[in-house]
Amino acid sequence: MIKFDNVSVSFSNKKGQLVNAVKNVSFDIEDGEILGIVGTSGAGKSTLLRTVNQLQLPTGGKTVVNGVDVGGLSGGDLARFRHSIGMIFQQFNLVSTKTVAQNVAFAMEIAGRSREEISRRVPELLDLVGLADRADVYPNTLSGGQKQRVGIARAVANNPKILLCDEATSALDPETTNDVLRLLKEINAKFGITIVLITHEFDVVKKICQRVAVMDKGELVEIGDVFDVFTKPQHDFTKTLLSHTFDLDVPERLTLDDAKPLVKIIYNGEKAEDAIVANVVRNYGVDVNILHGKIEYINDKPFGILIVQLIGTKDNLDNSLDYLSKNTYRTEVLNERN
Amino acid sequence: MNETNYSDLFDNLLPAFGETLEMCGIALLLAVLLGVPLGVLSYITAQRSICQNKLVNLVVGFFINVVMSTPFVILLVLLLPFTRFVVGTSIGPEAASVPLGIVAIAFYARLVEGNLHAVDNGVIEASLAMGATWLRIVTNVLLPGAFSGMIRGLTVLAVTLVGYSAMAGIVGGGGVGDLAIRFGYYRYQTDVMLITVLLLIALVQVIQTIGEKASRKVQK
Repeated sequence: MIKFDNVSVSFSNKKGQLVNAVKNVSFDIEDGEILGIVGTSGAGKSTLLRTVNQLQLPTGGKTVVNGVDVGGLSGGDLARFRHSIGMIFQQFNLVSTKTVAQNVAFAMEIAGRSREEISRRVPELLDLVGLADRADVYPNTLSGGQKQRVGIARAVANNPKILLCDEATSALDPETTNDVLRLLKEINAKFGITIVLITHEFDVVKKICQRVAVMDKGELVEIGDVFDVFTKPQHDFTKTLLSHTFDLDVPERLTLDDAKPLVKIIYNGEKAEDAIVANVVRNYGVDVNILHGKIEYINDKPFGILIVQLIGTKDNLDNSLDYLSKNTYRTEVLNERN
Repeated sequence: MNETNYSDLFDNLLPAFGETLEMCGIALLLAVLLGVPLGVLSYITAQRSICQNKLVNLVVGFFINVVMSTPFVILLVLLLPFTRFVVGTSIGPEAASVPLGIVAIAFYARLVEGNLHAVDNGVIEASLAMGATWLRIVTNVLLPGAFSGMIRGLTVLAVTLVGYSAMAGIVGGGGVGDLAIRFGYYRYQTDVMLITVLLLIALVQVIQTIGEKASRKVQK
């Protein structure tokens, strides 16, 4: 388990000003989970992540991994501790003068593994990431996605308990991103490795994370189940972060007509499969005009948004709104009704 | 004007060429043996580097700066006692090799340090994250990564040393450059000066060509 206990990091930048990159962050990461930390650039998420393997020392509070205060480690203890934590990077950071196989072997040499063990395990690892045929080429001949696969093979070479991903897919195209995320998910399922993933893209979190922590200006503003945070963001910053995925804009003229309520229906899980809209039409004699809609799948759970215009008598409208709010995840009337 | 006796000239030229090669060769060897570790030391002890040490960094930096900023002719004379202590004599090509070697060490240390700075910082961070010691990072990441640049640096150094070695005449070091000064300049034998200079140009060309080829060959 990783425990951030009131972690703060501040340092002076090149101009000599004090920068508080991380401010009093506290939360826990459970064994075996995939947790995403999202935030805009400069939110302090990378700095926070680096306190897990002491690439960054906290200036306040402490980061505790499996009961060990990471900040207190040094020398051989720190080296051994780092062998149990893998890390992958946005720019892959492979050693350009070593071949693919040598890059993976390098991690094991550092951990003091025997020559026989290395020569046995490296092909296994390359097989795992689907690069068995590229063992003897140099990284500069690989594509971005392949480089990241080598990075992953290297990161898990010493059977770490934790894998840190620092914007691991940010330099990749959407398709390659999906491949890499699938591989990470597979590794998490297969070996039970805890994955902490940093990204500025909520899409990445949606695809593989179970929980998400949202950071803004060095502070933790929200943490929770991805589905909950996604469907019910509490903090303004999270709402802004999510707005581009969830703002379904309708022309303003439609919101002006307050005799016809404009309703945003958010539905999820099992309710998503019921014919709610059809029931409104059937049972309340209200016409439903669908103006906009979208369905997202988060952790395989459907989450949909519909914007509809309801047309009917006042009583029927009230009843149907009542029915909708009882039978959907959330129902919001977008234009004020008198 | 003196008449030039060409057979005499060539009798002089050949050993002079040998002396130049000897002086520059020894200096280059010293540069590789001591300049590389010194450059590495300067790099790794710098602030926020992998083996931060303010005092060592300051001392190394100071040594390099002192050597590089002192005009070579003056260094040659200043180092006379040291030279006598090391090689037992203060004249001849061996004696000239000492100050030349010291300049070479300092100069190459700076070049190596520059090449190390060009190695991707992210790779060093990745190595640290894997738990690598600074020594392993130096041998596995930094030196291999900087190797091609270091060969190019060695070429620059060799060419510079050929130039510096001309001043070795002051301590009786000999060499082609010294020949050019003694015969060509002091005795107004323009043809001798021209021949020796052409020889030096050819030597520099050869060094440059070999250096570039080698550097390209090791680049990955």
